Amino acid sequence: MTKLYIDPITRIEGHLKIEVDIDGGKVKDAKSWGMLYRGFENILIGRDPRDASQIVQRICGVCPTAHGTASVRCLDNAFKVKPPTNGRIIRNLIFGADYLMSHILHFYHLVALDYVKGPNTEPFIPRYEGDYRLDPKTNKVAVDQYIKALDIRQKCHQMVALFGGRTPHVYGMVVGGATEVPTVDKMVSFKWRLKEIRDFIDDTYLPTVYLVAGAYKDLFEVGTGCKNLVSFGVFPLDDDEKNFLLKPGSYTEGKDLPFDQNQIKEYVKYSWYDDKTTGLHPGKGMTVPAPEKKTGYSYVKAPRYRDLPHEAGPLARMWVTNPVLSKNANKFLGVDAKKEIRFRDLGDKAFSILGRIAARAEECKLVADAMDKWIMELKPGAPSFKKADIPKEATGFGFSEAPRGALGHWITIKDHKIDNYQVCSATIWNAGPRDDKGQLGPIEQALVGTPVKDVKNPFNIVRVVRAFDP
Amino acid sequence: MSISRRQFLKLCGATGAAISVSGSLIPEIVAAMEKATAGNPPVVWVQGSGCTGCSVSLLNTVHPNIAEVLLKIISLKYHPTVMASAGEKAFDYLYATADKNKGKFFMAVEGSVATGAGGRYCIPGKLKGKEVTFVEMMKDLGTKAAAVLALGQCGAYGGIPAGKPNPTDAKGVMEFFKDNGIKTPVINIPGCPPHPDWMVGTIAHVLLFGIPELDSDGRPKLFFGTNVHDNCPYRSYYEEKKFAKFFSEEGCRVELGCKGPESFADCWKRGWNNNVNWCIHNSLCLGCTEPGYPDRFAPFYEKTTG
Repeated sequence: MTKLYIDPITRIEGHLKIEVDIDGGKVKDAKSWGMLYRGFENILIGRDPRDASQIVQRICGVCPTAHGTASVRCLDNAFKVKPPTNGRIIRNLIFGADYLMSHILHFYHLVALDYVKGPNTEPFIPRYEGDYRLDPKTNKVAVDQYIKALDIRQKCHQMVALFGGRTPHVYGMVVGGATEVPTVDKMVSFKWRLKEIRDFIDDTYLPTVYLVAGAYKDLFEVGTGCKNLVSFGVFPLDDDEKNFLLKPGSYTEGKDLPFDQNQIKEYVKYSWYDDKTTGLHPGKGMTVPAPEKKTGYSYVKAPRYRDLPHEAGPLARMWVTNPVLSKNANKFLGVDAKKEIRFRDLGDKAFSILGRIAARAEECKLVADAMDKWIMELKPGAPSFKKADIPKEATGFGFSEAPRGALGHWITIKDHKIDNYQVCSATIWNAGPRDDKGQLGPIEQALVGTPVKDVKNPFNIVRVVRAFDP
Repeated sequence: MSISRRQFLKLCGATGAAISVSGSLIPEIVAAMEKATAGNPPVVWVQGSGCTGCSVSLLNTVHPNIAEVLLKIISLKYHPTVMASAGEKAFDYLYATADKNKGKFFMAVEGSVATGAGGRYCIPGKLKGKEVTFVEMMKDLGTKAAAVLALGQCGAYGGIPAGKPNPTDAKGVMEFFKDNGIKTPVINIPGCPPHPDWMVGTIAHVLLFGIPELDSDGRPKLFFGTNVHDNCPYRSYYEEKKFAKFFSEEGCRVELGCKGPESFADCWKRGWNNNVNWCIHNSLCLGCTEPGYPDRFAPFYEKTTG
């Protein structure tokens, strides 16, 4: 048996280390180590509750608007304020534009180099060698697209900034709505940029995903994971925030169940946190670091839904929502273009490295197409913000879905200040360690069984991990 | 093509109405840099207690675009979010680059240095089978680098991780170096995140002309030399005592909690994200380029006193 560490896992956000035991050419056991603790939840205590939506964005510079969205929804809930229609839509547009940015960045700049041979210059060398399967012509097209996609993702950020002020880390979403009143020139400016992005998704991103998938078909069989999925729901479509573009719900042991936040608990037996804080619902959660704890191997907690590991992210959202896919999927599966294919028609193929990558690309189109309608639903000149006072005592929660998965924030306010603030983020769901019962986290489970041909160039390990976009 | 320092400074500081302001770093500079950097001074980019936001902001550079920066201007030997490599192969390469180019390479540091728990709060990789804390990495590579670019609030001054109660004893690079007797020069490029022009422009200045003139907080005067409030397009409202009482109302944003009066940066003329918007037009300045952020400016949405 060979023990292998990949440390650092690069092309992700944060500090992650993967440990695998390999026997007979396959992964037998895996551990996902989260190697960074900053203590956001403890930094938030005692602050003005309104400041939370700024502070939490700094948890992740790739998905600040996800934390921003969860936080302002959490504050809306605690302050008992309902944003006006324009506020809800502007939040969706800011966050939606960041979704497009994140998904395009993920495929082209974070994962593509696992399938496409980059230029023979730093920082594209050194690299793993061996398993690049695209012919030289297709490979060159993909490299050109890598560069084109840099420009496209930068333009997505221009869209974020149109209503967000600037990005990374936006100012435009606050408790009670959004800061800017929409103007016709901004709406047009946004829509015009969105057209270019949608064309890129339709004509370049989606076809290329299926083209690459065609050359690596066996990777539809690798990285199955726990097959439990959870989505908290994202992009509210009505002002009561009852209906969502991507729906809340879970797929647990083969059953479709409604989302119930009371089913969330966080375990820390294998995390570098005080054992006394294990098994808590995040609304009553505590973050007490214990960096020397012997059983610990990660600064990530192990969240469980219905006491089972659940995968979060595009695969979960697309499975729960089950929308019609683009015609690229028909072509790939050899199904008549007139027929509607839904996500679940992918069957077991969805639970794989390439299933996750395809889910992300199809979701990107779904979000972009919806945004094109939302922008025209804005009412120029109408308010986007409703003022609300900081409550003396209150609790609140806010849910969202980061591009990489389910995200929840919980707040307790006492004497107008934050008394407790807990974040249960996407990467915690997927990249977390074992729980107190010893159940592996979703990425750990997805790694088990992965074939590794060459331990010096363990392509499939990093492919499995990066497909989750941790 | 060559370019004088004077021309360069003028270009970096230019404001543009017709072209993007980010377009102030124009093709002439790219050409000059390609020539000047033919020897390819190596740059390594490392990440401590941060959020990757500085890297994402760097990707937003427009002129030169990021592909030009990576392929033509700098020889980027290590960047955790961008590079192809992973694991030991990547980490070995980082340390081999530092040894081979001792005293010659530039190191960009994103994120603060978590000094608590013996450095165990941030462990960026494994070298020869042993975990390396970010504290150890900074001591080792920090001593070998020609100069360090301390990026963002975190790299420069500790940033959000150093916010009260600073649970990990996070520090900016300059303070960490001082505590550990490391003499390597540090250039602070604060901001949460820094504007891509501030990063690319400073790297360009360092490679073409050496370290730029810095203010007392270690920031290039070129980008951080002007007061936001004094130059704000909403300044006349302040003089007229017309103050916005809620977001999006016309007027000076000081009553909403704008930190422009205490902030030094050129956002007021440069704009953000290819100059499609900027913080004060959207809502207010939160002082993200200033030492002491966030605590010095908290609560964010209240008028600052004094």
